[in-house]
Amino acid sequence: MNEERPASIDLAKAREALAGKRGQEYWRSLEQLAETPEFRAWVDDEFPGRATLAQIDRRTILKFMGASMALAGLAGCRGMFLDEPRVVPYVKAPEELVPGKPLFYASTFSLGGYGVGVLVESHEGRPTKIEGNPDHPASLGACNPWMQASILGLYDPDRSQNVTSQGDISTWNAFFAIAREALEKQKAKGGAGIRLLTETVTSPTLARQIGEFLAAYPKAHWHQYEPGARDSAYEGTMMAFGQPVETVYDLSKANRIVSLDADFLTSMPGSLVYSRQFADGRRLTEGRTSMSRLYMFESGVSVTGANADHRWPVKPSEIGAIAAELLAALSGKPATGPYKAQIEPIARDLKAQNGATVVIPGDDQPAALHATCHSINEVLGSKARQIVEPVAAKPVNHTRSLSELCDAMKTGSVDALFILGGNPAYDAPADFGIADALAKVKLKVRHGLYEDETSALCDWHVPATHYLEHWSDARAFDGTASIVQPLTAPLFDGRSDHQLLAGLMGKPDDGHDLVQETWKQRGIPNSPFPNDFEKSWREVLHAGFVPGTAAKLPTESWAGQALVKMKKEGILLGIPDAPQRSGGPALEVAFRLDPALHDGRFNNLGWLQELPRPITQNLWDNAALMGIGAAEKLGVEAGDMVEITVGGRTIKVAAMPQPGHPEGSITIHLGWGRTKAGTVGNGTGFDAYPLRTSARMGHAGGAQIKKIDGFHKVQTTQMHHQMESYGDKLDIIRTGALADYAKHPSSFAPTIHESPGPVDEALEKSHHPGNDQNRQEQPAITMYEEEVFKTNLPQWGMTIDLNSCIGCNACVTACQAENNVPVVGKTQVGRGREMHWLRIDRYYGPRGGQGSLENPDMLFQPMMCGHCEIAPCEPVCPVGATLHSHEGLNQMVYNRCVGTRYCSNNCPYKVRRFNFFNFTDNQDQFSTQTPPDVREPKHNGIQLLKMLNNPNVTVRGRGVMEKCTYCVQRINDARIEAKKGGRPIADGDIVTACQQACPARAITFGNIADKQSAVAKLKREPRAYRLLEELNTRPRTSYLSRVRNPNPEVPA
Amino acid sequence: MMADKEGLGGHDPLIGGQQTFQSLDNTIASVVQDQKRHSNKPWMATTFIAFIFVNILMVSVGWLVYQGIGIWGNNVPAGWAFDIINFVWWIGIGHAGTLISAILLLLRQQWRNSINRFSEAMTIFAVMCAAMFPLFHTGRPWVAFYWLLPYPNIMGVWPQFRSPLIWDVFAVSTYFTVSLVFWLVGLVPDFGTLRDRAEKVAMKRFWAILAMGWRGSQKHWHRYEQAYLILAGISTPLVLSVHSIVSLDFAVSIVPGWNTAVFPPYFVAGAVFAGFAMVLLLAIPIRAIYGLKDLITMRHIDWCAKIMLTTGLIVFFGYMLEVYYGWYSGEIPETRVMLWRFFGPYKYLYWLLILCNGVIPQLMWSPKARRHIPTVWFVCLVVSLGMWLERFVIIPMSLTINYLPASDRMYYPTLWDFGMFTGTIGFFVFMMFLFVRFLPTINMFEMKDLLHTLSHGKARKVAVGAKGGR
Repeated sequence: MNEERPASIDLAKAREALAGKRGQEYWRSLEQLAETPEFRAWVDDEFPGRATLAQIDRRTILKFMGASMALAGLAGCRGMFLDEPRVVPYVKAPEELVPGKPLFYASTFSLGGYGVGVLVESHEGRPTKIEGNPDHPASLGACNPWMQASILGLYDPDRSQNVTSQGDISTWNAFFAIAREALEKQKAKGGAGIRLLTETVTSPTLARQIGEFLAAYPKAHWHQYEPGARDSAYEGTMMAFGQPVETVYDLSKANRIVSLDADFLTSMPGSLVYSRQFADGRRLTEGRTSMSRLYMFESGVSVTGANADHRWPVKPSEIGAIAAELLAALSGKPATGPYKAQIEPIARDLKAQNGATVVIPGDDQPAALHATCHSINEVLGSKARQIVEPVAAKPVNHTRSLSELCDAMKTGSVDALFILGGNPAYDAPADFGIADALAKVKLKVRHGLYEDETSALCDWHVPATHYLEHWSDARAFDGTASIVQPLTAPLFDGRSDHQLLAGLMGKPDDGHDLVQETWKQRGIPNSPFPNDFEKSWREVLHAGFVPGTAAKLPTESWAGQALVKMKKEGILLGIPDAPQRSGGPALEVAFRLDPALHDGRFNNLGWLQELPRPITQNLWDNAALMGIGAAEKLGVEAGDMVEITVGGRTIKVAAMPQPGHPEGSITIHLGWGRTKAGTVGNGTGFDAYPLRTSARMGHAGGAQIKKIDGFHKVQTTQMHHQMESYGDKLDIIRTGALADYAKHPSSFAPTIHESPGPVDEALEKSHHPGNDQNRQEQPAITMYEEEVFKTNLPQWGMTIDLNSCIGCNACVTACQAENNVPVVGKTQVGRGREMHWLRIDRYYGPRGGQGSLENPDMLFQPMMCGHCEIAPCEPVCPVGATLHSHEGLNQMVYNRCVGTRYCSNNCPYKVRRFNFFNFTDNQDQFSTQTPPDVREPKHNGIQLLKMLNNPNVTVRGRGVMEKCTYCVQRINDARIEAKKGGRPIADGDIVTACQQACPARAITFGNIADKQSAVAKLKREPRAYRLLEELNTRPRTSYLSRVRNPNPEVPA
Repeated sequence: MMADKEGLGGHDPLIGGQQTFQSLDNTIASVVQDQKRHSNKPWMATTFIAFIFVNILMVSVGWLVYQGIGIWGNNVPAGWAFDIINFVWWIGIGHAGTLISAILLLLRQQWRNSINRFSEAMTIFAVMCAAMFPLFHTGRPWVAFYWLLPYPNIMGVWPQFRSPLIWDVFAVSTYFTVSLVFWLVGLVPDFGTLRDRAEKVAMKRFWAILAMGWRGSQKHWHRYEQAYLILAGISTPLVLSVHSIVSLDFAVSIVPGWNTAVFPPYFVAGAVFAGFAMVLLLAIPIRAIYGLKDLITMRHIDWCAKIMLTTGLIVFFGYMLEVYYGWYSGEIPETRVMLWRFFGPYKYLYWLLILCNGVIPQLMWSPKARRHIPTVWFVCLVVSLGMWLERFVIIPMSLTINYLPASDRMYYPTLWDFGMFTGTIGFFVFMMFLFVRFLPTINMFEMKDLLHTLSHGKARKVAVGAKGGR
């Protein structure tokens, strides 16, 4: 036989190929790795070495076939979810994983460095939904839209999937070889040419690693920058106390709250807790007739402003003057400014509260305001404001920090720059010229979730892991440390920042060990197993956070001095850099983080793009928000393009007149107009960062605006009607003043046809005849007997307390995540086809009895299917696809629905949603098309998004109607559990997705046939009413009217 | 009887010129049998243009079924828009045919004889156009087409009989079936005539099959008349019921602007109004093209115009009642709908409707205008547009404004909406022209009977206004 010697195996090549591999990637032979010609021949030809197929005998063919069948099965075994065996701590500890039964793991979501504990629902290793961790002090079980949408971020097909070098796919090892070489060179210089750029770091592990890194390279620098950093909050405490400290509020101790441009209900760290405390302080149930009062001076329109009892729109620059004036008024000096009529009674009101007050400054306002507010709070003896040690590992002024980095880069003294997270190329202050500065750096490495604007300017992009894919830790707004626990192995080739740093230092890079190492060093306080770290660690993972790690009050040594000093010089302390009074008529531009996209990092998440912003109801776009008068003067309507110039920098943006927005200023939300966000986010909205300079991060004065040609449709989900145009005679939202409520609660009772909850009464009668003497039974207005209520089954119902609802949108995203609600894109939203089962209606009303466009009252009303007892949708369906259950649910039978849309026409609440297209399978049906490669299975692509779906909720196809089900899957789950336990479903067993997410606990769900249930009690509240009662649809969802607590002494 | 008296004494006879049975047969049947009568361009041109629109219809429906309702402008809250507008519009147009053939037959109005065949054909094609919309407007037409029918099935699932949409299914399918049978039965004697006149063997056989052995015997005539009378009796209530039921789609709902008890009579009047407009709209050009002026005379046009005027006034009264109810209800949502119509963003369409259906038809009061062909044709065109606008005002305009002001959203149609609408118009015209080409447009034997009656100078006592004169 003439045997040819095979080509020699190139071992170097094989090693190289192996170097890029991680985890469970298999190789067959050295030949494969080295890609020898022989191996190629085998790959190309299934039966190499035979002349024709006929040469193979029958036995060989059978052998091959048998082997093929066996191996085909093996191929299915490699799951991306089968990870290191360690990932098994359960919150509920079952014997083993039961298929079809979700498990919940505690982890931590962080934004701007501040962690919030979450529970992640996992179906057979597939995370599908985020809930708040009820035990975590920053969540208390609540969620915000960002937390909900982060699960979509995990499955985002646009996430960066590979290490790339100048855009070409490379490997981690190739990267580490280059990076370590660069670092090695720096050793001699002590690392003088090395720079680290991170976002706010609160993670103890990352801080420890950076510390180690800086110890190894003592002359290296660590910079921090993120556009939403709380510079002025820290600087303010510097001014007040001489040291950066964390300001934390406890609103449960505040009876009077003054917010100076602070949107503490939605956009501050700890907002979820503040919302809860705020709502609790205003809850009027169970006979309570007192509630807190909120005064708000604000420069834009925010959720907090909408919830205020008194609200004044002012220019951003006026806030400082107002604070100074308030401080003066509190110390007995007469107020002089334009708001003196308001400020004096406010000061009196605050003083009378004996310390149960707090003044909260906005994070976007200058440090001086924060200092002034600290003074005010000291003067008031506020118990609600607490000063604790900083939560950030190293509190720095982010703008200054980035500025130092840019200066260093421009001088060419930076040899290696590692950017961990963030997106400075997009969101750095416009005057830094960061793109030019970056060009002078020899080695630029970007570690991030997306290959974005910054990656494009760097030499290397290394993919980061999503927080559900890696081990880490973070601290909450109050300092409590929580553990970030992965729910799945990395879907792509990403590594966490811990692994990256360990890799750069040539250390073992197991994320779990790195985090554990930190806590071994620190020790786990208050553990029931003080001597057994492993057990303590499991406890921590189970809880999701390390109890007792909240930031401490400052030590006596400095705090005592500072506070004493402050009390002595008190009032003066805040004023040194007293903000100027309003800079005259000059136009101002306020830069605010977007309520949904934050600083732009969530730009590629459809749920957040398509989330109607509170109050403006704007979505898929931002706009220059301006007062009605300003728009009138400028001659613009919504969508007209304007050009805004500040200090020689210009942007073009669509205008949007907004009732309640202060005149003389324009608010633009940041985070839009990205060019490399991904399929969803590219090109939506207008980028405002080019206007934002380091000197004017919060707002800029001296702006010019002019109308230019062009129109850009600004999409909103609501038309612009003023409710007062025909009066709220329908009682859509019932409102009133606390004083009236306290005197005559019954005056809040419904006026139209019925007393509150007659059906509940009827039900109670039927269940406990003759039981109820307190209230008169009013028969339902119907000619027919009500078969459905003759059962002994539970009757589901809901209440929404409009007095608690803050309008934050948490429920909207929670519903979207729970119920597989698709995203439809801007065009379809423009046609009126958004699919949200739960929406938040916004109405403008008169403020202080006076209708006004300049400062209307803003009201929110969450709207979803009310499961009417006499549902108008049911009799009109020709095929009986929507029916009533014996438990009072209005059910949709998707399979039976033919899509006549008659039910939607006949629904007076318009809560039904129709699948005009195959929205679910075409999540790429956005304004831009998905690049074709994303759809290919090898890129996971659109298939990836399918893993997001909740398996317990039907995914709806085209042409069928859908709507809120009261989370029927959760009802059934609770029913099964109850049956297993041989008990009735207890009150509180069923928590709907919206109810679970609500930070204000405005939503209550349960069995209204059970008189003792929480929901039944709420339905008996004097404030309870049914929407559009005169239609006699009798929805099962009742609203509780909104009560405001205005100060009669304060003029509007 | 009035009609006869007028027919004898008036200026415009029911049959013009010196006519004999032979000449009537020639005039009408030659349209079918003589190729030369179609060598003129209008038929070819119109049919070709209509055929293009038939293709547009097919593309529109194809794309609709492939993509979904989303290609239209419908949304939430306007779940219905062009689809149901067009459905109601077409159904309305069909009504004139049934009215002419059934009610006028029972009322022994002999002037109907020259236009009944034509109007019945119109009914059938209009109902075909109409029926396309409710089927294809569903999200899932591939199941809708049989799930709305009550058929026994193993799952024991039935339609929901409380829904007006189910009533629609029965109303429209009954209407179509009865109209078709009525039309075909009426054609049988004429098929016999065509068979007898046909010269080629193949054509003779063809007509013979259609004539179903019609020999014109006394017995045949007797049975024919019985059957025709019974069918007329069945059809008569349909004239009132079909559009009443269609109107219940709206009246039964709780949508402000829909929930009105006046809808059934108002819709029926509107249907007759639209139907007569469409009859004239088509009859006027056809009688000109095919030289049928002696058979469809000024007298017919005059009477049709009078009926249009009468029903138009009823419809206009309906509009006033709608406004009155909106005000009288004292309900804010109802008031909002009215204000929305008067002053909202669609106000131009509302005021155009008032112009089309309220103002311009008043021209028909003048006898001169009724006899001025271009004026009559123009008024008919305007009325057809007006009746379409009426449905626009009722359907999307009411839906876009809601109980909860937060749900108010605008509705805008897309090109596909217009594609399917114009496509059905094309289909209708195409079918009408095929009908004119291949079937006797005017009822030959009834015309002969009428000629016989008129020439004997007295109104004979006949059960039905038709007797063979062969």
